[in-house]
Formats: sequence, C-alpha cells, structure tokens
Amino acid sequence: MIAIIDYGAGNLKNVQHALKTIGISSRITDQPSDLEKADGVILPGVGAYGEAMKRLSETGFDLEIIRQAEKRKPLLGICLGMQLLFEKSYEYGEHEGLGLIPGEIVPFEGAVKVPHMGWNQIELNKRFDDDSIINRIDEGDYVYFVHSFYAKPTNDQDILFTTNYGEKFTSAVKRNNVIGMQFHPEKSAKTGMQLLRNFGGIVS
Amino acid sequence: MLAKRIIPCLDVRDGRVVKGTKFKNIKDVDDPVALGKKYSELGADELVFYDITASHEKRNIFLDVVEKVGEEVHIPFTVGGGIRSVEDFRSVLNAGADKVSVNSAAVSDPQLINEAAERFGSQCAVLSIDVKKEDGDWFVFVKGGRENTGMKLWDWIDEGVARGAGEIVLNVMDTDGVKEGYDVNLMSQVAERVRVPVVASGGAGKKEHFSKVLKEGKADAALAASVFHFGEIEINELKTYLKKEKLPIRLG
Repeated sequence: MIAIIDYGAGNLKNVQHALKTIGISSRITDQPSDLEKADGVILPGVGAYGEAMKRLSETGFDLEIIRQAEKRKPLLGICLGMQLLFEKSYEYGEHEGLGLIPGEIVPFEGAVKVPHMGWNQIELNKRFDDDSIINRIDEGDYVYFVHSFYAKPTNDQDILFTTNYGEKFTSAVKRNNVIGMQFHPEKSAKTGMQLLRNFGGIVS
Repeated sequence: MLAKRIIPCLDVRDGRVVKGTKFKNIKDVDDPVALGKKYSELGADELVFYDITASHEKRNIFLDVVEKVGEEVHIPFTVGGGIRSVEDFRSVLNAGADKVSVNSAAVSDPQLINEAAERFGSQCAVLSIDVKKEDGDWFVFVKGGRENTGMKLWDWIDEGVARGAGEIVLNVMDTDGVKEGYDVNLMSQVAERVRVPVVASGGAGKKEHFSKVLKEGKADAALAASVFHFGEIEINELKTYLKKEKLPIRLG
C-alpha cells in the first residue's frame, strides 16, 4: 500500500485515480504516523514552496518523511513534491526544503513562456539504463508539465531525466530510494501510467 | 521541445455529450467519460468539457461527469461553461479538473480572473474569448455570440493577461462551424502579442487547417469539436500527419 501525503496542497485524487487504474492500492493520509505502515510514499503538491514546507513542518510530516526515506522506503515526489526533496528554493524568497537530494530550486529565465506548461520530451540518463524505474520508457517520450521553477541537483548522478525548454533542465531525479518527477505522471497518459507502474514495482 | 496540442472540445448537456455545431443542428449524444477516454487513447493532448446545461439546478450532474472523467482519463482537462465565481472554480478543480475557462463571467466581472489566478494559480485560469469582426475591427462577444460587448479584442486580451489569465482560447465566430479553416492571420497576431499560450478555436475542417494554424498562425494548440465527433478526422491520423509536417507532436 502506498501512502499519498495530504498536507492541504491541492487535489490529490488524480494521483490516487491513476494508481487505481493500474491496480495499485493507495491511501490518502494526513497522519504522519501512517507512513510507517506504508510500503511506499508519494509526496504530491501544487502551490507555493514556502507555504508547503510550513505545512509539512506544522503537521510533523517533514521529519517523518526524512525518517522513512533514510530507512530506504521508496519515496516519490511529484511536481512541487519533487522540489521539496531538495535543500533550498528561491521561490518568493529563500526557503529550506527536506534536503534529501543535494541541490536547489531556481526559476526559468530567458525567452521562454512561464509557466512551462504542456507536453515535453524526456531524455534518459544512461547511468540508470538498468534501473527498473525506466522499464518500457523510451528516449523522447512525452510527459505533462506545469511549473515555473526547476531543480538544479548538485550531483549529476542524481539526474534521472532531462528536458529541453530554452535550456536543458532536470525533469526527474533518483537518489537511491528517493525519486522526484517534475512533470505529472498521473496526467501523462501511457508514459505516466508506466512510470507509476515502475514505481509500484519498486514499492512491492 | 514543447509539443503543439490537439484538443477535442465536448459540449455536455444534462450529463451527455451533445454533438452539433454550437446550439444548432444538435444531432447525437454520447457518454462524456467514454468519449473522453476514447479521444485520450487516440492521442488527444487535452480535453475540454463545456457545460451547456440550461438550468443551474442541473449543475451537479455536470460535476459528477467531471469527477468521473478525473477518475478514468489520465490527461489534463479544462472545464468551462457556467463558471461565475471563485467558488465555481473551486468546485470543478476539486472534482478533478486541471484548468477552468471563463468567458462571459470574466467580461462582466474581470476581477474574477485576478481572484482565480491568485487563489489557484495562473496555470488553471483560462480566458476564453468569442470574437467577431464588425466594421473592420475585432470585437468581444458574449452570451454564445449573441451580444457584442463593444469591447475591442486587443484591449480585452491585454487586460485578461495582465489580470493573470494563464492561457487564451480564441474562438473566431466568423470561421466557427464553416469548416474552411482557422483565422490564421488573427491567430498569429494574438500569439505574437501575448506571452501566454494561445489556443485556436473555430473553423477546423481538414487536417491542413490544423497544420496551418499551428505553423503560420503560431498557435500553441488547436481546438475542434465536430470534425472529431463525426469521425471526419481521426485524432491519431491527424497527429501522424502533423508530425510529418515537422511540427512538434506527441504521438499517443
């Protein structure tokens, strides 16, 4: 069973519906103590970084997520949830994140339209060629994005996917059992369902 | 590279998809969830569900449809029609919609765009504009195109974007339902003017029309209804064609 963390940030049902479609059971929870029993954890999120971190710390989810991640429980951060895995964000000020992946969150700059919204392609980091998270995922597959900030990991080896939008940016990360996807797998049709299935495979 | 999007639009009345051109020639009905699912499997990039239910009391039937679409269709979708307040935004977003489009309500209460963008983010505040040429100028129309607001298109677009609209859907009434192509010239002027994505609507009849509006018209997406509903153009074939035309297209 996968626990989907509810900390008051937007609609979590889409993630649960997508998991249900591919036969993975999940439970939306607002209780940090539920993470211990779960086989895997999903941290979703839309909204502002500072506010999200504030809610995670008020509810006690922050320390519990870190504890579970350190116990090597599979953890998937989606969109803002991925950004929260990092050390720091510069979204409206400077905010500290969960610090599970070294690096920081920065805004898109330059001539591109912001938010980066729509279907864009992923390029795979060869380092993960044998990793089950990319089972049946191909170079150039399209996934659905909606975001204005992106992650800059300190270590290149944590980069799972990159995507081109004016410049090349990190669209997914993986550091041991901690995975982050900047796009929305739950809205990314077949490719997204396959990525969630692959995460489900890691969980069970 | 960011893909150009193909968006089927489904008009929903009393919980069923109405196939017709606007309010005329309503011919057939279908289940919105089944049709949305079919389009998604054929490679549609997004869906629009438009509530054309006449009475406000039947609003809950539409919300049930939105909820079921969210459960079964795993691509982004926009909901429009009958959205009048921030509360309406909230109820369709909670039901599972990714974006909400406003048209007449934004004209009578432009502050609604600001409030929705601040509350839920610009990415889900879509400004849909019905536009028609009169005496050589483009004017904004409301009430299903029956009423000229007297407002010039360029003023309304600039105001809408400044207030926080994250996307513009431009429905050109002169070309709508005629199936002789989108207004490519107008679309390119709009696309060059704003920094938010522009969705072309009104006029699709052939595959070439999509190619033209996405290339020369510089639209980020093309929306159509009847050509898809009546099987005149299959979405998978259209997208294969557009890819061959060297457009950045996601094949489903």
